[in-house]
Amino acid sequence: MSRLYSVFKREFKGYFATPVAYVFIVIFLFLTGLFTFNVSRFYDPRDVGSVGQADLRAFFDWHPWLYLFLIPAVAMRLWAEERKSGTIELLLTLPVSAAQAIVGKFLAAWAFVGIALALTFPMVLTVLYLGEPDVGLIVAGYIGSFLMAGAYLAIGECVSALAKNQVVSFIVSVVICLLFVLSGFSVVQEFFQSWAPAWFTQAVSSMSFLTHFGSLEKGLVGAPSLVFFGSLIVGWLSACAVILEIKKAE
Amino acid sequence: MMTIETKKLRKVFGLIEAVKGVSFRVGQGEVLGFLGPNGAGKSTVMRMLTCFLTPTSGTATVDGHDILTDSMEARRLIGYLPESNPLYSDMTPMSFLRFIGEMRGLKGSALAKRIDSAIEICWLGDVRYQIIETLSKGYRRRVGLAQALLHDPSVLILDEPTDGLDPNQKHEVRGLIRDMASKKTTIISTHLLEEVEAICTRAIIIARGRIVADGTPTDLKQRSRYHGAVRLKVETDGRSVDENLLRALPGVESVEFSGVEGEKVALVTVFPQKGKNVAHEVALLAREQKWRIEEIGVEAGRLDEVFRDITTREEKRS
Repeated sequence: MSRLYSVFKREFKGYFATPVAYVFIVIFLFLTGLFTFNVSRFYDPRDVGSVGQADLRAFFDWHPWLYLFLIPAVAMRLWAEERKSGTIELLLTLPVSAAQAIVGKFLAAWAFVGIALALTFPMVLTVLYLGEPDVGLIVAGYIGSFLMAGAYLAIGECVSALAKNQVVSFIVSVVICLLFVLSGFSVVQEFFQSWAPAWFTQAVSSMSFLTHFGSLEKGLVGAPSLVFFGSLIVGWLSACAVILEIKKAE
Repeated sequence: MMTIETKKLRKVFGLIEAVKGVSFRVGQGEVLGFLGPNGAGKSTVMRMLTCFLTPTSGTATVDGHDILTDSMEARRLIGYLPESNPLYSDMTPMSFLRFIGEMRGLKGSALAKRIDSAIEICWLGDVRYQIIETLSKGYRRRVGLAQALLHDPSVLILDEPTDGLDPNQKHEVRGLIRDMASKKTTIISTHLLEEVEAICTRAIIIARGRIVADGTPTDLKQRSRYHGAVRLKVETDGRSVDENLLRALPGVESVEFSGVEGEKVALVTVFPQKGKNVAHEVALLAREQKWRIEEIGVEAGRLDEVFRDITTREEKRS
């Protein structure tokens, strides 16, 4: 456990040792603000369509799309960098199991994203000031967003273990994440319907980030969605362990 | 007794069999030098011993701990310097060593003490708070070495430990390895034959994934055709050295004129028959003939020649 913590600590500090962390946080906060206020017209009294409701739907709705690009950017270095610089040989010949190293890195990245997410607190203060929002709904939204970020990260870490090149790692994880986001969309459904069995199409649609995040956002912090994101994280991290074992020396 | 034993270690990468069944045994106090041309499989063997690569077949034990079934315990005992000396370049030597120490299970004052000692042994005092990325190659190598020595491991596996160091640093690192050797089991790989002579108690030559020679540096040198040969540097002064006289001496196998420096000096090598010592006879003859001798000496043998001989023979065979 202490080794997992050491990996976590090193990795977490690593984000702040370079400008990556600050650039990420600034961009994340800027984009959430931009989309929420300027595109979704959050609480804009001039907007006729706006119901002027004091909630954070306009804010959370953008998260799956922002994460789609920003989280692979955080995750791409996790293993690709170790592989490129050769430090993977150093790390994996220390008395630490691959699982400890994988989870340590994952938690560091997750904590980092958590910090970026927490820094959106002015948004919460704004709605609290403007009206009387349902606090439970906001908490549920944050939990959902954080869990979804974890799922994106797990995919990113797994892909990062496959690649030596960070750009490749970034692009491949964006594409895989996109599939998970889009799998609820009708276009994707139709594509599978034409040739795949019904149960498969059903399965694909139930894999959508949007569906599960949507239900969490609505305050439905139920087992299905928690299990969904939880098992995605566990599944992708396990795949990462397998890939690492096979490909670590290449 | 701390020993490393490998049993028919084999590693196949795709279609290439990089290591073809390597078995050896190293004990405490020994410094084993791995020699071999590039791509001979030296690093692959080391990577299997340090549990980075899984052998295709065969196994090894480190102090009785099998690298396949008891890899964590084996890794705890080993201090390893990988080939390209990878380091987390965004850290300082201090924070890097702290990280490695924690991963090695060291804590608190014990950790601080070990870090201080590693920094002192590897002369890192001046740069301990400097970002590793900004350090020179020599300093980085020392950070790598400090990392390997940090937990005072009983087994040291160093892949080209002096690569990239200047001659003074090389000398010091060799001194360091020699000083520690008696309490540890050490395996180093190197291209530098002088290094083998300087620190290794035993050398294994690997070519094409096979052990082709195994012995002390002295043993290996005896395989050289120069072993026991008498070398003379004679001022010729216009007169030539009569090689027939040398050939006629008892115990002499052959004579070679290996060169003339400025046409005034002849370099003569007298090869004895197997197991014979002809130095005395050559010296007597030189005195009789009143040759003006600048230098005379008996060769111990040339490791580089043995190395070349063995490894090229192996390449031709396969």
